[in-house]
Amino acid sequence: MNNEINIVEIRNLSKSYRRGNLVIPVLNNISLDIKEGEFLAFMGPSGSGKTTLLNLIAGIDKADSGSITVKGVEITNLSESELAEWRASNVGFIFQFYNLIPVLTAFENVELPLLLSKLSKTERREHVEMALKVVNLSNRMYHRPGQLSGGQQQRVAIARAIVTDPAILVADEPTGDLDRTSAEDILNLMEQLVDQLNKTIIMVTHDPRAARKAHHIKYLDKGILNARPQIDF
Amino acid sequence: MHVLKLIFRNSLRHKLRTILTVLGVTIAILSFGLLRTVISAWYAGVEASSASRLVTRNAVSLTFPLPLSYKEKIRQIEGVKSVSYGSWFGGIYIDEKNFFANYALEAEHYLDIYPEFIIPPEQKEAFLRDRKSAVAGKKLADKYGWKIGDIITLKGTIYPGNWEFVLKAIYKGRDNTVDETAFFFHWAYLNEIVKKIAPQRADQVGWYMVEVKNPDHAAEVAVRIDQAFKNSLAETLTETEKAFQLGFISMTEAIVIAIKLVSFVVIFIIMAVVANTMAMTARERIGEYAVFKTLGFGGFHISGLIFGESIVITMTGTVIGMVLTFPVAKVFASELSTYFPIFIIEPETLYMDIAAGLIVALMAGIFPAWRAIKISIADGLRRIG
Repeated sequence: MNNEINIVEIRNLSKSYRRGNLVIPVLNNISLDIKEGEFLAFMGPSGSGKTTLLNLIAGIDKADSGSITVKGVEITNLSESELAEWRASNVGFIFQFYNLIPVLTAFENVELPLLLSKLSKTERREHVEMALKVVNLSNRMYHRPGQLSGGQQQRVAIARAIVTDPAILVADEPTGDLDRTSAEDILNLMEQLVDQLNKTIIMVTHDPRAARKAHHIKYLDKGILNARPQIDF
Repeated sequence: MHVLKLIFRNSLRHKLRTILTVLGVTIAILSFGLLRTVISAWYAGVEASSASRLVTRNAVSLTFPLPLSYKEKIRQIEGVKSVSYGSWFGGIYIDEKNFFANYALEAEHYLDIYPEFIIPPEQKEAFLRDRKSAVAGKKLADKYGWKIGDIITLKGTIYPGNWEFVLKAIYKGRDNTVDETAFFFHWAYLNEIVKKIAPQRADQVGWYMVEVKNPDHAAEVAVRIDQAFKNSLAETLTETEKAFQLGFISMTEAIVIAIKLVSFVVIFIIMAVVANTMAMTARERIGEYAVFKTLGFGGFHISGLIFGESIVITMTGTVIGMVLTFPVAKVFASELSTYFPIFIIEPETLYMDIAAGLIVALMAGIFPAWRAIKISIADGLRRIG
């Protein structure tokens, strides 16, 4: 962690889902600050609200009440289209199942978020090559996801997440679909992104080994934060 | 760049499904094109009709004749430039299945009124000189292998007996809208024989063909002709050649309507097939669309991917169907030339093919696109894994 600036500020955040007439509370009055350059892990049992909280921070879901401010922008006030625009330049996503587009090469997958920017083709190429270099996949840039291992696909996904130089990276079970060695590689890479590039990473995981790589772990249970004591490593 | 590439690659993700859908669209467009061409062929006579020609027939029915003496009276009516006449012969060539239009006409003026029948001058002269001679359209002559000088025998149905004609001329159409399957001979020859075998039917014609001086005044001339024979024993009904041809078509209107309906039903069915393909495609990729949304792509991009794929698949089938329509129509034209002497694919048919393809593509994409746009990112992402 390089400084004490809050990049994410969450205040009194609540969220519930409706199933027919039934209202299911998922997050209950959450308040949290995340510092710039912090590597934060959310842990907790299934259904505790980890992924929902991550989705709210990333601007892909809407809260019932409360506020989320990311890098000075209160995203809870943004419309759908404003959120889409905001996500394109401020959030990088890393998913459990990589979620690469199977018919595009590694290069094209990484280039996807840049298509929404005003960069020229040459500039886009430079950015993509740089991102693939960071994840050490320069030699596989013209391979399609089906021609890559799980670990390599996740590295492509990380390259796609960082190519726009976003304010935060959100990772939902990034090692959940990987073997132990590949998972270790990915976690080391994420650690490098934080340490060397000062990226802020918010990760949801069930894996204690993955969580140990984070600076802080926050526990969620039944939508309540810090239900168990916070542990620093 | 990327989007087009993605659309094309997506189209080939399920090759068998795409091939079958393209095949379905191809067959539908081919059927649609052929059915529309059949309808065009039905109206070919109407389209080929001239605004400067009127047809005068018996007011009771076309099967009732008119006296030959009307010719001079019609010729003297204001606005009339030229008059000729003819009678339906209805002869059979060898066998009833060899049907083609054959009639007797007053050739000299008739050919002047029909400049679209192109006959080499020496053949025309030979035909006009010989009362037992006949003229055949090129397609008809080709079909039966007739050559100039051949004797053609028709078995009369309206006028009994075997009638022999010497083929003296073969006409071509001025363009491809002219029927080249007709056969005609001198009305004078017909009348000469009729005088011998059924004198009470002599000096009667089936219709008069009237050329007007000014097509803009055709309606007034028609009224004048009919007024001239009002309260006579054989009152006339004069109408433009187009109206006359439409009168024939109205007798078979139910068939034309049925063909039109079937042509649209074909399109409707293929719309359902493509819609099903696109619905399956979108359902399988709902997670991918969610990923696109997380990356900042909006509804415009998502629907562009879906509509783009729908257009690629449908228009591929449409283009193949359109291209195949030409050789298949050629086979149709050759096999059914008796019924459809003019069987050509109109540019309008091709425009309708393209329009049908685009409508199918867009309609098929609406529901999947709407669903993909509406589903929340969180719900979409949950479908992965």
